[in-house]
Order: sequence, then C-alpha cells, then structure tokens
Amino acid sequence: MLCLGLEGTAHTLGVGIVSSEGKILSHVARVYRPEKGGIHPREAARSHASQIKAAIGEALEGAGVTLRDLDLFAFSAGPGLGPCLRVVATAARALSVLTGKPLVGVNHCIAHVEIGRLLTGAEDPVTLYVSGGNTQVIAFEEGRYRVFGETLDIPVGNCLDVFARETGISPAGGAGVERLAREGKRYLPLPYVVKGMDLSFSGPLTEALRKYREGEDLRDLCFSLQETVFAALVEVTERAVAHTEKREVLLTGGVASNLRLREMLGKMCEARGASLFVPPPEFCADNGAMIGWTGLLAYRHGVKQRVEEAVIRQRWRTDEVDIPWRR
Amino acid sequence: MLLKRGAEAELHLEDFRILHPFGEGKVVVKHRIPKPYRVKELDLSLRETRTSLEAKLLFDSKRVGVPTPPVYEVDRKNMKVVMEYVEGRPLKEVLEGLEEGKRKEIYRKIGRYLARLHKGGMVHGDLTTSNLLLTEKGELYLVDFGLGEYTSSLEARGVDLHLLRRALQSVHFGLAEEAYREICSAYLKEFGKGGKEILERAEEIAKRGRYVGREERGTLLRDGK
Repeated sequence: MLCLGLEGTAHTLGVGIVSSEGKILSHVARVYRPEKGGIHPREAARSHASQIKAAIGEALEGAGVTLRDLDLFAFSAGPGLGPCLRVVATAARALSVLTGKPLVGVNHCIAHVEIGRLLTGAEDPVTLYVSGGNTQVIAFEEGRYRVFGETLDIPVGNCLDVFARETGISPAGGAGVERLAREGKRYLPLPYVVKGMDLSFSGPLTEALRKYREGEDLRDLCFSLQETVFAALVEVTERAVAHTEKREVLLTGGVASNLRLREMLGKMCEARGASLFVPPPEFCADNGAMIGWTGLLAYRHGVKQRVEEAVIRQRWRTDEVDIPWRR
Repeated sequence: MLLKRGAEAELHLEDFRILHPFGEGKVVVKHRIPKPYRVKELDLSLRETRTSLEAKLLFDSKRVGVPTPPVYEVDRKNMKVVMEYVEGRPLKEVLEGLEEGKRKEIYRKIGRYLARLHKGGMVHGDLTTSNLLLTEKGELYLVDFGLGEYTSSLEARGVDLHLLRRALQSVHFGLAEEAYREICSAYLKEFGKGGKEILERAEEIAKRGRYVGREERGTLLRDGK
C-alpha cells in the first residue's frame, strides 16, 4: 500500500510517499523563508499554494509512481497555522476526489513521534519534541500519547530564533546561536524556569536580550541561553523518564539538530541507563513522509474519514488523538 | 538503603545514628546529586538553592498547619537534607483502592492544606499524588518541596492548582474531575477572600497556549464557574 503525505503546519511544505512496509520512496520539502521577521501565516500559505503542484509532481517522479498507483492520501490536519493547514487539506481532498482513493487527517506532533519510531527503531520512548512551533515531552500511556510537560509560553525554537533575530546573528535562528555558543566561555545566570513538568522560555529570552543591550559578550550570551534552556528541557525529560520508567528517549523537531542538546540528553540517558534515539535531520524537521506514514498506520487500523469530514484542527492536542495502532 | 531514585535527587533510608550516637529509628536523607549534563555553575546553583529552599519550606509549612516531615539537618556542602521518615504510602498507589467517603475526606484535606500553604506565602511547585503520603493512621503528609517557592502571586498559586489537576488527570482519569471539584471547594472555604480569583486563574492557565479552540474556551469557562 502506498500513501502520499502532505505536511503544511507552518513554514515547511512537505510531500512524502511511503509504503505500508515503512519504506520512504521519496520526500520533497519546500521551506518558506520570510525576508525579515517571523512567519506570516497568510504569506506562508500563499507560498505553499504556489508550490504544492510542483512538489507533488516531484515526489511522484522521485518515487517512480503515478497518482493512480497511490492507495491513500494523508495531510497534516493540525495543530498549526490555519491558512497553511487549509492549503494541504484542500490539496488532499482534491486528490482524493480525483482518484477516488481515501484520505485521512493526521496530527502533526504524533507524526513526529511515529516517523522517529520507524526510522530509529525506538519502541516505546519518552519523546522530547522541540521546534519553532512546539515544545512537548510526550509518552505513550494508557492508550494515548500523553503530554507530560510542555511550554507555558513560547516554544524553545522560537526563543532561540527571536534571540538570533534581535541580536542580528547570521545565519538567523538556532543554528547561528549554536555556532556562537561554542565560543562562549562565561556562564551568565539567566532565569531557569521549571514548574512541575512544564517549562517557560520567555523569562530567559527577555533577560538574555536585556544583558545583550547592556553590552555583555554575545558569544557568552548564546552559550548561557543554550545551557539554561536546554538544562530545563533535559530536566523535564528526565522527570518523565523517571515517572514512566521507560528506557528510551527520542529527540525530534527542528531543534534536535543542535549538537549540544544531543550531548546533554545523551549524558542524562547514560546516567539513567536509557538509550537516546535521534532520526536523521530531514525527518526531525517537518516533512511529508511522517504524515504519510502516520496516515498509513491510522488507516490500516480502521481510521476512516469522508472527504467532507476531512477538516483542519488548528489546536488539535496530542492527547486527544485515538491511537488504535498501539493497542 | 536507596528508597527512591528521583529525577533530581536520591532518597536514602538511614539509621538515626548517622546524626546522633544515641539516635533511634530511621531518617530519610535526600541527596541532590550533580547532573553531568549541566554546566557546573548552573548545576551548583540549582542544587544549592533547591536544597536550602526545600528545608525552609518544609519547616514553614508545618508552622502554618500543613503536615510535612520534620527536618533534622541541612547539609549545604553535600546538598543533603535529613528529615524524619514518614511511614506512609504515596497517594498515587492507594487512592483508587479507597472507598468514596475516605477519598472525599482526602480531597478536602488536600484542598485545606494547599490553601494554608498558599495563605502562608508558599507554593509547592510540583504537587502530584506521588508527593502526598498517606499514613496508616490516615494522616496526609506533603513531601518533596524541591520546586517550591516563597510567593503570594496569583499566577504561582494558580499554577500549583493547575499542576495538581493535570497530575490527577494523567494518573487517575476516572477520579480526576470529582477530585478536583472537592479539592477546590475545600480550598475556597479555607482560603476565604481571594480564593475564587485563584481558582479562576487556574482555569485560565489550563487554556493558555494549549491549542484549545476559542469555541471550546467558551464552554470551559462556563463549566468552570
């Protein structure tokens, strides 16, 4: 069985073709990059709409199949930016009507966990999902993916991106902060906020920016910001591991590419006797293959949607999703 | 003997004699071990702050009428707190086996104790059913103040209630709503003026940045009142 998955929750438009054996035949990603500032939902949606036809064509060509060979269409139904979600939902409905093949809406956060399990071989991990739009610690308990901890304000990727943007670090974003952090020597104390299992990143961000304006060394600030927010992430992940008594940790999302975060999580896992799993970078970032694979899991376990039911859910929570394939 | 290996500390059960040559009985030693993943400065400052703060909170909670294990020693060099061993079981393990009347009594106690703590200018910071111990005699103890704070802010108090509700929902699905309702009503009664505002803040926190739709937000607000 072949499924074409469409991802479009934020700035990445992804198209992936996956088989029910878990083979990724092709995947294509088009990333909308604003000239300045953050993502404007409508502009991102416009960019996705203008590229989606070409991206689907490229994915089909890459997999060496035609539309007629596909058995299922999956799309990211949420959570995410409304205008972007609408673009991929519309495309999925059109493809389903055109080919007469079924379609299924997929939860974006759960797709990250499922593609991670598929590609790394982790069976039942505590997942730390960190990106520009999400920060969650997720684990499977009592038939659902439950959120053990999450940010109370901004996602950690957003915290790093905003810091990079406000201080003019180039290349913008977390990668720039990571590069400069390697040259940082001095640890400058920043607010460290862990509330139970939940996190907050607006405090350390504001304080780091204030210190920057006071003339503190940018390299030291990048170093300190990373050390502070990552330590909080690792602490909450460790709490979830201790609480659930699981032996595996999966790191995914755009921020998973940060080597310092990996190192810290690795040390925590080692001390606890757990194993750390990280999917290849292109499948940590938003991608269509994860949507296709999760769509296949759902469909093959009886999740069915009619075209008129295939709507988007901008605020679809991880723990609201029924997971028949792990029963 | 290692009692528990938590995420940030190890709990050891020791003879009282480690403190006093004529000591009898058992004590619990809570040892905050260094975390190899953190930079030294942050690791030291977190462990130091949490160790001394926890000891102070345990002491002050007792003063405002919240049962906590008495603290015997604070060792800020080795990051250890020595306290009395409370022979009880975590509420998490026993709650579901109790009869309804007993459960309700416990919910009311939780609400009352939490209100006293808050009125005393403190928050627990990590209130779950694992951090509530029930003794044979039916006494309820609050333990693990590692994330507690001295604060009277509406936000911190709201977060405390919110975390408790989340913990109930994630471990005791069937009982969560009933439990939280009872806890809130006892909390309100004990806290008195200003309590309602805190419960409302807890509701608001539950909806913040959490992908709850605007339509659902409306219903939640109505149900909350």
